Amino acid sequence: MENIKKNPLSMQLNAEDFLPASNEEKQSLVVMRESVNFWKDGLRRLRKNKIAMVSFVFIIAIAIFAYLLPAVWPYSYSEQMKGSNNLAPFEYSASEQARIDAGEKVFPHILGTDRMGRDFAVRIMMGTRVSLSVGLIASVLVLIIGATYGAISAFAGGWVDNIMMRITDILYTIPDILLIILLGMALKDPLDKLSTQPGFKWMQTLGPNMISIFIIFALLYWVGMARIVRSQILILKESEYVTAARALGASSGRIIKKHLLTNCIGTLIVTTTLQIPASIFTESYLSFIGLGVAAPLPSLGSLATDAVKGMNTYPHLLIAPALMISVMILVFNLFGDGLRDAFDPKLKN
Amino acid sequence: MSENKTLVEVQHLQQYFPAGGVGKNRKYVQAVDDVSFAIRKGETLGLVGESGCGKTTTGRTLLRLYEPTGGKIYYDGNLLFDKENKIAVDMLPYRRRMQIVFQDPYASLDPRMTIGDIVGEGIDIHHLAENEKDRHDKIIALLERVGLNSEHANRYCHEFSGGQRQRVGIARALAVNPEFIVCDEPVSALDVSIQAQVVNMFEDLQQEMGLTYLFIAHDLSVVKHISNRIGVMYLGKMVELADSFELIAHSIHPYTRSLISAIPVADPVIARQSKRIVLQGDVPSPLNPPSGCRFRTRCPYADEQCANEVPEFKEVSSGHWAACHHLDRVK
Amino acid sequence: MSEKILDIQEERLSFFTPAGEVKALNGVSFAMNQGDVLGIVGESGSGKSVTAYSVMGLTAYPGKLVGGKVWFNGHEIENMKEKDFRKIRGNEVSIIFQDPMTSLNPVYTIGNQIVEVIRLHTNKNKAESWARAKELLELVGINEPEKRLKQYPHELSGGMRQRVMIAIALACEPKLLIADEPTTALDVTIQAQILELMQDLRKKLGMSIIMITHDLGVVASMCEKIAVMYAGHIVEYGTTDEIFYQPGHEYTKGLINSIPKLNTAEHERLVPIEGTPVDLLNPPAGCPFAPRCKNCMKICLSKMPPRTELSDTHYTYCWLQQKAEFEKGEKAE
Repeated sequence: MENIKKNPLSMQLNAEDFLPASNEEKQSLVVMRESVNFWKDGLRRLRKNKIAMVSFVFIIAIAIFAYLLPAVWPYSYSEQMKGSNNLAPFEYSASEQARIDAGEKVFPHILGTDRMGRDFAVRIMMGTRVSLSVGLIASVLVLIIGATYGAISAFAGGWVDNIMMRITDILYTIPDILLIILLGMALKDPLDKLSTQPGFKWMQTLGPNMISIFIIFALLYWVGMARIVRSQILILKESEYVTAARALGASSGRIIKKHLLTNCIGTLIVTTTLQIPASIFTESYLSFIGLGVAAPLPSLGSLATDAVKGMNTYPHLLIAPALMISVMILVFNLFGDGLRDAFDPKLKN
Repeated sequence: MSENKTLVEVQHLQQYFPAGGVGKNRKYVQAVDDVSFAIRKGETLGLVGESGCGKTTTGRTLLRLYEPTGGKIYYDGNLLFDKENKIAVDMLPYRRRMQIVFQDPYASLDPRMTIGDIVGEGIDIHHLAENEKDRHDKIIALLERVGLNSEHANRYCHEFSGGQRQRVGIARALAVNPEFIVCDEPVSALDVSIQAQVVNMFEDLQQEMGLTYLFIAHDLSVVKHISNRIGVMYLGKMVELADSFELIAHSIHPYTRSLISAIPVADPVIARQSKRIVLQGDVPSPLNPPSGCRFRTRCPYADEQCANEVPEFKEVSSGHWAACHHLDRVK
Repeated sequence: MSEKILDIQEERLSFFTPAGEVKALNGVSFAMNQGDVLGIVGESGSGKSVTAYSVMGLTAYPGKLVGGKVWFNGHEIENMKEKDFRKIRGNEVSIIFQDPMTSLNPVYTIGNQIVEVIRLHTNKNKAESWARAKELLELVGINEPEKRLKQYPHELSGGMRQRVMIAIALACEPKLLIADEPTTALDVTIQAQILELMQDLRKKLGMSIIMITHDLGVVASMCEKIAVMYAGHIVEYGTTDEIFYQPGHEYTKGLINSIPKLNTAEHERLVPIEGTPVDLLNPPAGCPFAPRCKNCMKICLSKMPPRTELSDTHYTYCWLQQKAEFEKGEKAE
């Protein structure tokens, strides 16, 4: 036993080491990890996803392109310049050339001009603005109507749920284009009369077709969202914390609001984000077949329609809007995917 | 301690869950069948049994988290539910007086809410706080009472261990100042060393606040420790009910006997000596329980009478109830 | 004198997760002879399951053996690759998992799952394998074995499924059977049946068993030797009687005192172990149990205690035991 102290290689112990440790000394070893909540955690994962981040940058760029750039652009989207019809990109018309020679600075037509002599670049910008706005508003409409419908259906359960879902099944089968055309025709006269009233002038700009598109979205396209929300809520409804809330005396409204929908938010955001490119595409093809916004307001789809006729001679008039539509849809889809990966609770480890 | 006043009473409680089939061929899971008991104020009644016996369903049905399919429920002399006479009272005022603590500390707390909000939900629903500060103070007081501290109020559940989450669940139940708490397997999902902490807390709270418990668990050792009386359930029926020490020392129903002998004792000498009564076969399905006495398929003393007649749940000696035709045969 | 089949020395194993290195095992050492029944007792995070899994190589990515030697039945486990492990799994060492619901593949019949193991490791043809499968079901006490072989897992009860798991594990007569909480998910009366079955089989077949559990009652009736683990260390090791009647480590004592006893005549208050289990991402420098120990001393917080031999078969790692020796040493000076 004496060797304990004498052997230089053994641990050097002394009597103080064997005194009892105080509570503070013990507590100092117990450290709680940093607090992380759901959003921070998700955002952290989103930031790591390079594709999603690049897509996000593109989305911001597109937004600037569509909403901010036209304000500083020297040309307006409806301004028809005589003699400047069908200019190629960076080409100048005769009168413009004359002005340049006279020493004036004339901003080049980066994408040329269209049939009517309107600067094409700014028309693309406006077209993007219209398509994007329609896409966003329509998606929000779909979110509000679909989520509410799906939540109520799932929460009510039983025969109420059954009936509500059969209604959505029927709505799903209705041919949308037919309905849009019919509605467009039916609404034309009443809307025209309404748009002459004060406060409704904006309806003239949009046109009856655009209004009917929004109405159709509100009537038909929320079905997918309703189904997704319903399935989420059906699962969450059985959670033990919902039972706990009932045991506390929570009303159904409180449970839906505070427990069910909040736990769906990840899914809601992701589904809405993925709905945007779908809405953009729908609006584009509707405008392409002539059921979209009224002239002179451009939409990417209607720009494409106009350009189809002169496809061989002025290909840039078709390529530009088509490319824009494709890029918008792509980046929103990629970003939506990134959001889903970041916020999907099942993928959390 | 316990007064003689009855706080909770159920009579012929029945809970059948539909399990498919139409019309005449409708099948039911007979989860709880003709269960009656009363709990005195300040007492802890333990409810034990194995999986599928209906003990959890009994606790939840008592609180009308599921609507019973038969029987009566009384609370503090008030009739809450009576299937025959079609009486079903609004539960909101009773939710303050009757509460529940759940088994799974991971599933029973909303992952999107902070601990403070979870505990405060009862306060919000029943408007128990006068203003924001009062609410905050009450929440902190509750957290401290269950052994957590105030800085935990802003954190989320996933940052805590199972034992700590269970404490949050307890604080949530206490927030509305209940008189009666159904403890639904509250320690089963916890580590052994944490179980003792939580069990002690339940006991302390009962002393301090004069609470009445229905303590549901499958671990008879824990139930015996905390309960004054114990009810044993098998396949939806109550087979024996007695004072805790009496049940362990002098059980009379064959199922209770085998249950007690099956429990592995943490004492090697006793473990080596004891003869286990090992039941053969498996538990029958509650969809199609055996006729007559439901235990007869595994009971060493069963005979024809057991197949034909349902044994009555009656008082065999003072305070000791059992449902068996052949108590005299049970050694 | 039975031969050694398992020898683990200073095993260190960590899981490399995005959150950091989780030090699951921090220097685990013990040995087993043929025919031993060893119980490994601990709570979640103690490393009891990881120890056993590492013998079978089931702790692959993100787990990694970072130190020590593991010797099993002539194999150096620390140097083995996946294909070597495949040869010994099911063959020389098998495992029964906790949850029979999820351990059996729901889309294959019972027969298929048993025969799969037999055909993987032996040369039996199809007919012989099915015959052996039937034999195994009889061995584990399942009635109507021909009928059962054609059934799917969801058609059997929990107790039966666990018996099937045992049959699969024993199919190739392994030297070592690892039972990872085999009865935790089962009802008490079914647990009694399964434990009885395991004892019978052990007598008949003579294999060694490692019984991993948190239930002290189970180890008291099944095991001859017990290793108590906490935070990736073995804190105490001894025969069953020594552990229960002369526990040397504060954690062991705490565990035994904190479980409610069925046979007490009066109500006795439980004595819990205060505090919460350790965070394996940041294990403390000294004894891992120190923050929860009633008799914690200053040295416990900073230095890992050395081994104290309490008898030929019983040792523990605790400064309190060392303190007695130290004081003797001081007096002698």
